Amino acid sequence: MNPLSINTDLAKKILTGFIHSELTRVGFTKAVVGLSGGIDSALSCVLAAEALGPENVLAVRMPYRLSSQDSLDDAQRVIDVTGVQSLTIEITDMVDPLINRFPEMDRLRQGNIMARTRMVVLFDQSAAFQGLVIGTSNKTEILLGYSTWYGDSACAINPIGDLYKAQVRQLSRAIGVPHEVIDKPPSADLWAGQTDEDELGFTYEAVDQLLYLLVDERYTAEECVEAGFSVDFVNSVVNRIRRNQFKRIMPPICKISNRTIGYDFLYLRDWGT
Amino acid sequence: MKCKLGLAQINTKLGDVQANLEKHLRLIKEARNQGVDLLVFPELSLTGYVLQDLAATVSIKPESGDPIFGPLLAASCNIDLVVGFVLEDERNRFYIAGAYLSGGVVVHVHKKIYLPTYGLFDESRFFAWGDEVRAFDTRFGRVGLLICEDFWHASLPYLLWQDGADVLLFTSASPGRGLNDENQLESARWVDHINRGYASLFTTFVVHSNRVGYEDGLNFWGGSMVYDPNGSVLVRAPQHEEALTVSEIDLNQLHRTRTRLPLLRDERTALVQRELTRILSQGTRPAGR
Repeated sequence: MNPLSINTDLAKKILTGFIHSELTRVGFTKAVVGLSGGIDSALSCVLAAEALGPENVLAVRMPYRLSSQDSLDDAQRVIDVTGVQSLTIEITDMVDPLINRFPEMDRLRQGNIMARTRMVVLFDQSAAFQGLVIGTSNKTEILLGYSTWYGDSACAINPIGDLYKAQVRQLSRAIGVPHEVIDKPPSADLWAGQTDEDELGFTYEAVDQLLYLLVDERYTAEECVEAGFSVDFVNSVVNRIRRNQFKRIMPPICKISNRTIGYDFLYLRDWGT
Repeated sequence: MKCKLGLAQINTKLGDVQANLEKHLRLIKEARNQGVDLLVFPELSLTGYVLQDLAATVSIKPESGDPIFGPLLAASCNIDLVVGFVLEDERNRFYIAGAYLSGGVVVHVHKKIYLPTYGLFDESRFFAWGDEVRAFDTRFGRVGLLICEDFWHASLPYLLWQDGADVLLFTSASPGRGLNDENQLESARWVDHINRGYASLFTTFVVHSNRVGYEDGLNFWGGSMVYDPNGSVLVRAPQHEEALTVSEIDLNQLHRTRTRLPLLRDERTALVQRELTRILSQGTRPAGR
């Protein structure tokens, strides 16, 4: 039995219910999703369309001049299959002036600028369309910190953040994400030929299994090694999880008063709704 | 004797007691139209669950003069009710509480004893724990009322059983967790198992009313159920959806089941008391070692 295997009907029911509940309770009926052509944003888009009706979802494609045509085409497949509204806003003219000011800028900085520019575009469309931004980060990438802080990780709600990559694939297959999107190698598409697995140095299949033991099953690093994972792999993943905790929480506020936001001023976001 | 039971599997507005009261009154009317004798709302049905700093501001007192309890007590002249709320006692301690209302009076108030404070739960940070478990008499016989984590400890249903309860009323606001390839969450499967166990081992009715809806990222899975003294499922509400689920329990089933299976008759309570006294007298460690 594969411990990561999920009941996709139940997952769909809970996740679409979540999207519907969290939007409508604060007076929204619409959502905005940044559609990259990859599987995570495709899944979020399909879930949002199911939850709210396709006419209430705006999918935004935001290519940069180096983005691959395949990504644009795959995003279009998702738009076609769901029937959501769509918009294409190229970010090159916004990104290049900043990149060109710093000739020495490395690819990481460039990639972060692109991710944060897309965030700006998306939240502007959020205001224009009167829809909340649906997150597209999965559990694997959140744990590994494989995202741009306040970039692709920025959203109003995230329906897929408790699904490992393998579970994203399983659910995507079940709810009609186009197979071209599911089958291609995951990529941030920040430069030609980039793939997640090359950059990370391990496969999603392997790291999902390891993360499941470490996080869900509360294995120690030693127990993971006993379970068959290499020491170096386990240590690198454990370190990544720890180093990237800052991306997973609100920035700490320094407490000096008697009652401080985050420490002893505690309310859910759904307060009063 | 028969009793028509209603399970009010509702969603709630977090911290909006007035809105939740109005929903209660709507459900009560609907249940009355269906001839329901006893309508059971979930844990914290008047307030919502993850209250945190809202606990103090939503607290009420189960008295007829209270603007929330007044209408509920009036409604209880025609239908027995179990409702969930935050109780503030005379020394300003806040409890997760459940009240049984009938004939315009508060028949019983149970204060939640076990406050989960682990994993995703943080209840004892905000609430005081109850320190008393009592069965009580109703027009449907003697019953017991427990709230969520209370019935994750076998001792409380056992004590109610020994205190005469033939119907165990369980209320909860259970966050769903543990998605695998089964058609329900692990938390739903677990609660079904233990409740079926109580019904079977104690040869009692078990009535479980659980809420639905979302609070931030938490989902509440519903799936309210009624079990008869054979441990058979009498009715099963849908999961993850609001529902008023009505079923009839035949209290004569107690007679039939206990004739076949006299577990209550044979229970050696004096032995339990003697051995517990011995175990607890062995020192400071509460569980024998």
